[in-house]
Amino acid sequence: MATGRSEQGRGAFSGEIAPEAVVVRFAGDSGDGMQLTGGQFTLSTALAGNDLATFPDFPAEIRAPQGTLFGVSAFQINFGSSEITTAGDAPDVLVAMNPAALKVNLGALRPGGLVIADTGEFTRRNLDKAKYENDPLTDGSLARWDVLAFDISALTLQAVKPFGLGNKEALRCKNMWTLGLALWMFDRDRQPLVDWLAAKFAKSPVLAEANIAALNAGHAYGETAELSGPLRKLHVDPVVSEPGLYRTITGAEAISLGLVAGAQLAGLPMFFGGYPITPASAVLHNLARMKEFGVTTFQAEDEIAAICAAIGASYAGQLGVTSSSGPGLALKGEAMGLAIMTELPLVIVNSQRGGPSTGLPTKAEQSDLYQAVYGRNGDAPLPVIAARSPGDAFACAIEACRIAVQFMTPVILLSDGYIANASEPWKVPDPATLTSFPVTFLEDAGESGGKPLPFKRDDRGVRPWIRPGTPGLMHRIGGIEKAIDTGNIDYAPDVHQAQTDARKAKIDGIARTIPPQEVALGAPCDTLAVVGWGSTFGPIHQAVRRSRRKGLAVSHVHVRHVWPLPENLGELLAGYQHVLVPEMNTGQFKTVLRDQFLIDAVPLSKTSGQPFAISELEAAIARFFDAVPGNEGGEVSVNHTQLPTPEIEQP
Amino acid sequence: MNDMSSVQTTPRDWETDQEVRWCPGCGDYAILKAVQRTLPMLGADPKNTVFVSGIGCSSRFPYYVESYGFHTIHGRAPAFATGIKLANPELDVWIVTGDGDGMSIGGNHTMHVLRRNLDCQILLFNNEIYGLTKGQYSPTSRVGTASPTSPAGSVDRPASPCAFALGAGARFVARSYDVSKDLPEVLKAAHAHKGAAFLEIFQNCIVYNKDRFDDFTAKAVAAEMQLHCMDGKPLLFANGCKGLSLDVRTLSFQVVDVVGADWKAAGVAVHDVRNRALAHMLVEMPFGPFPMALGVIYDDPAPTFESGVRAERATMVAGKSADLGQLLARGQTWTVAAG
Repeated sequence: MATGRSEQGRGAFSGEIAPEAVVVRFAGDSGDGMQLTGGQFTLSTALAGNDLATFPDFPAEIRAPQGTLFGVSAFQINFGSSEITTAGDAPDVLVAMNPAALKVNLGALRPGGLVIADTGEFTRRNLDKAKYENDPLTDGSLARWDVLAFDISALTLQAVKPFGLGNKEALRCKNMWTLGLALWMFDRDRQPLVDWLAAKFAKSPVLAEANIAALNAGHAYGETAELSGPLRKLHVDPVVSEPGLYRTITGAEAISLGLVAGAQLAGLPMFFGGYPITPASAVLHNLARMKEFGVTTFQAEDEIAAICAAIGASYAGQLGVTSSSGPGLALKGEAMGLAIMTELPLVIVNSQRGGPSTGLPTKAEQSDLYQAVYGRNGDAPLPVIAARSPGDAFACAIEACRIAVQFMTPVILLSDGYIANASEPWKVPDPATLTSFPVTFLEDAGESGGKPLPFKRDDRGVRPWIRPGTPGLMHRIGGIEKAIDTGNIDYAPDVHQAQTDARKAKIDGIARTIPPQEVALGAPCDTLAVVGWGSTFGPIHQAVRRSRRKGLAVSHVHVRHVWPLPENLGELLAGYQHVLVPEMNTGQFKTVLRDQFLIDAVPLSKTSGQPFAISELEAAIARFFDAVPGNEGGEVSVNHTQLPTPEIEQP
Repeated sequence: MNDMSSVQTTPRDWETDQEVRWCPGCGDYAILKAVQRTLPMLGADPKNTVFVSGIGCSSRFPYYVESYGFHTIHGRAPAFATGIKLANPELDVWIVTGDGDGMSIGGNHTMHVLRRNLDCQILLFNNEIYGLTKGQYSPTSRVGTASPTSPAGSVDRPASPCAFALGAGARFVARSYDVSKDLPEVLKAAHAHKGAAFLEIFQNCIVYNKDRFDDFTAKAVAAEMQLHCMDGKPLLFANGCKGLSLDVRTLSFQVVDVVGADWKAAGVAVHDVRNRALAHMLVEMPFGPFPMALGVIYDDPAPTFESGVRAERATMVAGKSADLGQLLARGQTWTVAAG
């Protein structure tokens, strides 16, 4: 692991040994195309056969004022020849396109790492905007790192000169120049990028050629410039993966594909009602282009209409889906209650972001767990599933569809801003290997003597799904408490008691249809279980792996079915002396575990909008162990990447 | 409405076995009867008919109609109806709402269902009061309405549902009242209109706002204060003795006397249901100096939302196959070989 290597002072890559993993962070103005550069570098890395994880970190403003600290946009990629599950803690290489980008990201760069900076942007004006008194490239303040500073702006202008672009347009090619240099450094093939640029700018061949020229110039710069010092060509060996067809995938893509697959497996057309909200909009964008799969997308007037239309479509016999982020979920609460009361299938995707209120629109948090599990009026249970990674979101979306139609219930699928935007290599599944769960609608009244019984439950407590248009089964449903079997309005005391019990029993019973909880890493009995859910999978997994290498008896348990919990989870957790629950919130799943199993689940909270660093988790784990060589007092070097470092409540 | 094969039914076929729970004497009974009388005339098929409602007294309506029915949440019926209609355009969708449900908490959805022009009928029962919550003033209550939340009389200026509907882009706007003998005819016209048909029905809440509409519904004043709009016919009232003529200086109506049935000489305007400007004037003329315009005020069909959605889908899917395997493997891929 990049961050696991011992620090050997200057010269990050001066040796000839191929590193196991490398973390590169591209940082610039939000208008500099850093996300694009990072995305394309990700692609070339995947094509080179490295495992990888990415972390886009961008401001909420679309084009924040140029050169300012709050307008800095960054994209981090961790790639290597072993299994990568996080975007990495501290970058080995920081590409800083201006002073502000340097200032915001330098603290993260590990000592001895490499800074690549564009001197063309280190003007007095830009230094002032970044609140630098002196030029950090020349005042000696970067002594802890290797610095490679040259005028990328001028070099780019020179490279694209033949194409006669205006100054502004020409400078836009800087990101491709930088990418070219990065491709050279990490021994990547340029051709896929050249093809991509040609396709992207097909309508404007001059721009395509200029960008390709910039890419080539950056690459050539690395190859021919006789640079002594830090710039070295590096080869990272490909990872050994399971054979098969691969692609890179973001969580938003995986959710979209999983929903399409889920609807197909159910044999239903899908109706998707959405309203634009960061970071959930991508799902609506994707599905709007998948209409050939029987998908109808509806951009509603608000979050409430989006879910209500989806429920309407479910009532009419399609698979209703809606998607949003925390604030939107809050607005959808009442309608979710109606879907619970009328027992209609519905999938609700929540791409969580920092809250409360508008909070941190572009940053990840896991703070909607209470909202998902408890956040409705009345006793309103519904199943909650959490995806742990972009690729995992595909399977989770299918699972959400399955539970929704098999149990006639709304299901919440929790993702977050990190999963939605991050990408990882994904083994493309063969649709033939996916298990179908075809839906049957009730089409005749049968034994009930011609009288429709829309709320007659089967042995799992599930009511039939009757579509309007079905002859002889006309009936009325609604949000008022209803009689057993007939569903007619009835709020007699015993009826409400019985129906409340039946709704709860139905959801609880879903636990019998989900796989038992497994241990992701380690053993079913240990000193410590680190229990996670959602996007903390990567850092927890790496931290537990490293701790186990040090001989600590710690295991990783990662819960997908947040509600209802797997039937064996309580028993499993009872096998550990301690349970640590790291979460990007103030301890919400911890509360659920304490409530359900009466165990002393210890929270580890982080709400900085940044994912956990592996080292933070290692430190937290180490505090549960005494007398471990090299771990006295649980001391692990402090990581500056993602402040603030979380505090553990009670070791 | 839809071009579906018509089915023979009687009003009784549209009655459910549920006990109707409105207050005795409530105007909702008359509206329910009118709807149950009209549906057979339309040849409506119970299995393809869906009544969708929000919350309020009016929204109990679906429980009493023997068809499919969905009693949803406060103000959101148009959104549910949109999902239902997009999922199955064959269904004949009726939205039942009230002044609180459709103009206050659900005003946003009323606006958008109208501008999108979803093919449905929207029956807004306007009783100018919140009935189910025991009598608070509503967004259509007249200034000065005394109620538990406005003991000294309400101060908010009321909204006009029909003016709101036109402003939102409605292509069909009509008005009637609970006990009007014309209500079935207006319901039929609303149903015949392809697109969102907005029908305001004044409804007498006998408990909290009794006889509020007597100033034009009471027998003694009906002739004088009701203007029945009929396409191609002069805008006459008061038994043909008065009419509306356009004052070109102010671009508004004025009431003129018609002598000897010669409405042309009096300059009375002729109603044209496709004339949007006329419709605006009819719904906005102040009651009192002017009569209450009733009947079909505006009816000018435009392409429906669901037909647009269908056409867009056809464009999007043209030439594409729904191969899940291909979809999953979209973009740049690479193969890891075994061993």
